Amino acid sequence: MQRIGVFVCWCGSNIAGTVDVEAVAAALRNEPGVVFSTTYQYMCSQAGQDTIRAAIAEHNLTGVVVASCSPRMHEATFRKTVAAAGLNPYMVEIANIREQCSWIHKDMATGTEKAIILGKAAVAKVNLNAPLTPGESPVTKRALVIGGGIAGIQTALDIADAGFPVDIVETKPTIGGKMAQLDKTFPTLDCAACILTPKMVDAAQHENIRIISYAEVTEVKGFVGNFDVTIKKKARFVKEDICTGCGLCTEKCPQKNVPNEFNLGMDNRRAIYIPFAQAVPKVATIDPNYCTKLKTGKCGVCAKVCTAGAIDYEAKDEYIYEKYGAIVAATGFNPISLEKFDEFAYNSSKDVITSLEFERLTNAAGPTAGKLLRPSDGEHPHTIVFVQCVGSRCDACSEKGKEYCSKICCMYTAKHAMLTRDKYPDTEVYVFYIDVRTPGKNFDEFYRRAVEEYGVKYVKGMVGKVSPVGNKLKVQASDLIANKQMVIDADLVVLAAAIEPDKSARPLATMLTASMDTNDFFTEAHPKLRPVESPTAGVFLSGACQGPKDIPETVAQAGAAASKVIGLLVKDKLKGNPCVAQSDELMCNGCSSCERVCPYGAITYIEKEFRMEDKSTRVRRVASVNPAVCQGCGACTVACPSGAMDLNGFKNSQIMAEVDAICK
Amino acid sequence: MQAITREVLTAKAAALLSDGTVDRVLGWKKGEFGYDVTPGVFIDAQQIEKDFEWGDFCAPNLSKYLLAETKKTGAKVLVFLKPCDTYSFNQLLTEHRFDREKVYVVGIPCEGMLSENLIKAKAEGIASVTDNGDTVTIATLYDGDITVPRNELLPDRCINCKSKKHVAYDELLGDEGEVIDSARFDEVERIEKMTPDERFEFWQGELSRCIRCNACRDVCPACTCEKCVFDNPKSGIESKAPSDSFEEKMFHIIRAFHVAGRCTDCGECSRVCPQNIPLHLLNRKFIKDFDDLYGEYQAGEEVGSRAPLVNFDFDDAEPAEAMERGEGDA
Repeated sequence: MQRIGVFVCWCGSNIAGTVDVEAVAAALRNEPGVVFSTTYQYMCSQAGQDTIRAAIAEHNLTGVVVASCSPRMHEATFRKTVAAAGLNPYMVEIANIREQCSWIHKDMATGTEKAIILGKAAVAKVNLNAPLTPGESPVTKRALVIGGGIAGIQTALDIADAGFPVDIVETKPTIGGKMAQLDKTFPTLDCAACILTPKMVDAAQHENIRIISYAEVTEVKGFVGNFDVTIKKKARFVKEDICTGCGLCTEKCPQKNVPNEFNLGMDNRRAIYIPFAQAVPKVATIDPNYCTKLKTGKCGVCAKVCTAGAIDYEAKDEYIYEKYGAIVAATGFNPISLEKFDEFAYNSSKDVITSLEFERLTNAAGPTAGKLLRPSDGEHPHTIVFVQCVGSRCDACSEKGKEYCSKICCMYTAKHAMLTRDKYPDTEVYVFYIDVRTPGKNFDEFYRRAVEEYGVKYVKGMVGKVSPVGNKLKVQASDLIANKQMVIDADLVVLAAAIEPDKSARPLATMLTASMDTNDFFTEAHPKLRPVESPTAGVFLSGACQGPKDIPETVAQAGAAASKVIGLLVKDKLKGNPCVAQSDELMCNGCSSCERVCPYGAITYIEKEFRMEDKSTRVRRVASVNPAVCQGCGACTVACPSGAMDLNGFKNSQIMAEVDAICK
Repeated sequence: MQAITREVLTAKAAALLSDGTVDRVLGWKKGEFGYDVTPGVFIDAQQIEKDFEWGDFCAPNLSKYLLAETKKTGAKVLVFLKPCDTYSFNQLLTEHRFDREKVYVVGIPCEGMLSENLIKAKAEGIASVTDNGDTVTIATLYDGDITVPRNELLPDRCINCKSKKHVAYDELLGDEGEVIDSARFDEVERIEKMTPDERFEFWQGELSRCIRCNACRDVCPACTCEKCVFDNPKSGIESKAPSDSFEEKMFHIIRAFHVAGRCTDCGECSRVCPQNIPLHLLNRKFIKDFDDLYGEYQAGEEVGSRAPLVNFDFDDAEPAEAMERGEGDA
């Protein structure tokens, strides 16, 4: 029989306001096993914890029930408290009489009754608790960063600077991500390339960083501290270590009509290409979808002109197998497809473009060498209409767009408008907005400058229709403040398309068993208190894959993710969670039900020899749980038909005892 | 009348024994009366000639017996499986309950097995039963011969047969049949349409007859646990005879949950129930709900298939949908 102490917390008036704490303590004193029961204003305070410690010593307690707030708040605190008094930390149970009781009840009698019931359930459970000891596992001191945009680069640099090796896996032939495509950056208007490319070079030259470009993660096994990852390095048909990046091949390649994805298809590249001048690694890549040699066997010009002899038409995909202690997802974002937004004529007119296309049109390395020219006829546009929230902040039931705010559009649109007015003062610029959202250091000042100093015409209202008429775009809109309809003959319409997570994020989340929200953004372990960690141990989040973010925020989060990774990698051993599943091998049927429901791949089957009741020996197939991988979700325990699977700390018998106590 | 004669089976069994393909045969054994057939294991041709039975009363599903028999020998076991038995066979393989390599399956067609209970309801003092094809003649001691349409003597599981197709065999005797679009869920639908009170009364009436003999569990091919929760003192629900009306219901409801997604609807539970409780209806309710909520799934159709309850799919029904259905039912 346990000797249980019950400690009922007032939480100031948080609990005591709606729950008669003295009555709860008195009622629980009569429960089986309870030898001591008391109340205190703040059980989590030093004095409150001292009360618990003193009672353990005085009454020889073997178990403790704290009736207080959610275990998410203070379970760890009270575990440490009892451990300091010599008890096993897993002999504590929390009865949540705050979030699940006092906060939701107004009536003292109801609240008190429920608090007593919850307390009884916790007492019933402690009566069946047993001491648990966490296992230990080693930590592989190497990190994997998936995605080589500014988020991934910054995370990798920070981890590498702390002395740990890092691999960056990037699907494109170069790192750099979206930021490499941008022209200027708000709110300071410094050029994106000027601040990004030094970081790319730093990453390339860092002794602790290995860049695995044109590659993707295909399999992730293992668990925190011990991930086994398979990386597919796509055939580039150019030997990376030999190619000097001279670019001769990209000039001589006769296949000239390949849409250039770096410029969003607004100009063409060759079948062998280097995405942009500052690409890292600066090596050429052959696009197998367009290369005549790879498709028909005839051509071979690039191999002939390559003085280094780097071309290899026979190259095959390669696989890299590596162990990592931590994985950072930094898969970034993309603008949504505007196919469904027919009202803006994006598909029917070349002069309706997205904001990212606008970036390329104003970028000196872009298709127009930085001159703002209409894609249709190469003329200078005199009237430009920017439309904000295209696909952002849509109705929940909308099938076209996203419910969320894409966060970055207000600022980059202000930037585009300001830069246009600065460079081409003869241009009239309209911005249609729902709200202008500019929280952030120096952001609102930036937007006001666009309006006040640069004369950008901000109109609160949505554009209803854009129709190509002759070589103009007829923009029909409403000005909500003036309460009137507007018709503008525009030369160029720029749509601030919503952003969404990269398509690679969903399959990656499945591999990592990391959770996602309905929009396919990675979910953080806690929205406020653990914003850069995934709920899956050892998986961290950096940049826009977790939610829309601008560059300063992305870099801040990248650094935060890196610090969490460093905090993990400096440890030599990790203490596991002892509340893991365990199979009673004598009862296990080997039916595989548990293996099928396990979301973490923690269960495997082994053939094991058993001595049977009739003294014969038999080899049986039984389930075996890897305690380091198991997260204690308990899915297996309910799938097991014979009840052979049980969860330490949450045994079926304990749960049943709790239910019985509640139903009594 | 069965399409294959007993002689074809005994000849096949004897041949496979003598050429060493198998060293034991799992089949059916004659009993005291013609309708009194039990599963039997035969290890030589003599035994087979003497006791092997095949006919309208060879209802027992032999697949579960393979668990024990395959462990007794280093060689193969010959088993005769009717179409519905092959689903249980596959399901057991899915759950790794025995080694496929140790079994030689001979598939045999089935025209439906007669129900001893239905015959006894029609006649007393049964001397013999003769299958004429469309009719059956029961010779009785007191009332002479009684001839009834064969259909009237078939149990629910055969009238609403779900498949005449063998989903597993090494060798097939006779012609292969097809999966049947049966009316097996009609009775479930009828019960679903009851009010909660009517439904409670229906099941109370049926399940209160339960004597907890455990025959349904013992015969069930899905019940192959090393130790059943009902026999395990640690489970907290161990018991033999029910102590109150709540327990007698809980036993069957817990059992239905335990075999949910794994039950092939072979109907053995209802066949062996000495109290004639239509237990298979509980399992069919689960099967019907799975079909509705997660798309059609037949346990045992393929080895290694994943039942809806141990699988995840993006198209899966949301819990709320199941809740709404539950409320709708109530």
